[in-house]
Amino acid sequence: MKNEDHHDIPGTYVLDGEHSRKGYHLNMFCMSLNNAENREDLRAGEVTYLSKFPMTDEQRQAVLSRDWLGMLRLGGNIYYIFKLAIFDGLNMQQLGALMSGTDMTEEEFKKMMMNGGRRIDGNRSKSESHNG
Amino acid sequence: MAKIIAGLGTSHIPAIGAAIDHEKTQEAYWKPVFEGIQPVRQWIEELKPDVCIIVYNDHASAFSLEAISTFVIGVAPEFLPADEGYGPRKVPAIKGNSKMAWHIAESLIKDEFDMTIVNEMPVDHGLTVPLSLMYDKPGAWPCEVIPLCVNVIQYPQPTANRCYNLGKSIRRAVESYPEPIRVAIVGTGGLSHQLQGERAGLINSEFDENWLDHLVTKPEELKNVSHIEYLREAGSEGIEMIMWFVMRGALDDRVKQVYRFTHCPVSNTNYGLLALENGS
Ligand SMILES: [Fe+2]
Repeated sequence: MKNEDHHDIPGTYVLDGEHSRKGYHLNMFCMSLNNAENREDLRAGEVTYLSKFPMTDEQRQAVLSRDWLGMLRLGGNIYYIFKLAIFDGLNMQQLGALMSGTDMTEEEFKKMMMNGGRRIDGNRSKSESHNG
Repeated sequence: MAKIIAGLGTSHIPAIGAAIDHEKTQEAYWKPVFEGIQPVRQWIEELKPDVCIIVYNDHASAFSLEAISTFVIGVAPEFLPADEGYGPRKVPAIKGNSKMAWHIAESLIKDEFDMTIVNEMPVDHGLTVPLSLMYDKPGAWPCEVIPLCVNVIQYPQPTANRCYNLGKSIRRAVESYPEPIRVAIVGTGGLSHQLQGERAGLINSEFDENWLDHLVTKPEELKNVSHIEYLREAGSEGIEMIMWFVMRGALDDRVKQVYRFTHCPVSNTNYGLLALENGS
């Protein structure tokens, strides 16, 4: 019998109500980066810019230290935090490597993609997971 | 009377738009992708739809968590490309068909699909990449576009069954429009991919191929696949695949598969393309 709870999927942060509630201000900070003037403001001073958003200290710290997995765990959603990655000049492969939770490099991530991507076998459920 | 003449399914991977914008389509990485989509470009060129209903999702561009609509229809006469963080794509403005879009919105709501009606919104890669895939780099897009956004980011997304039934309702709306407009409906997103977390890079080609088989021939069976199954098997962003059901629902129960193409990987995604016409 398969586990029907989305929390059982390994290495995956589903934006459900609880996650969305937790990450609202973090995600809305990221959303603000759609605006070129806001990007300039962030460039001018991160701490000052971040103070405009009522995030938790933990979220603020995760943003400042570019702890991408941390941002996901604290309620971030990939489409939002990717805006911060774009701001840093990162692409999806670089970000993918940084979120893998291992010391995977961009080159290794790209190579994994060229070889058909991360395998589903072993990655369906937390009980069988090894992310490999 | 207006008529749905074709259905197209395609991924809307941003990197495809970037490859077209920056003239990279002949590079080794991209060549097989653009060769693979060529037959669809010819098919569209012959079909010449007047209006494309493009079913896509907004990726925190026009809409944010501030207000989350499950189904949105854009009724504006024009839509501009969104700034997604690196300035808007330099593609032509997208012409809407306000009159027809309003007719569809009214018809859908009377049919109990409670749409969010939007007069002003920029459109992101979810809509502009499919246009580039179909038409390359024209000076102006050769069709009018009615944008139809589906929430696929905030869980729970609508079910695939709901999307399928929305497609059926869209067909009724189109067929009750008095002008002789030829409409193509485009379902976008997917196939399997996961952009986030330790499982980033996940691809499940076996799931995708089997899913495409069923979408063509047995949609009534496939529409019952659960959210969790998509999230687990096709990746957290692979759930975009439910948007292809809107396209499939707007077509006959039996369809002709004109063309099908998959290519792995494009960026972090298994690329999929499917061209369908009514009848067998
Ligand atoms: Fe998407």
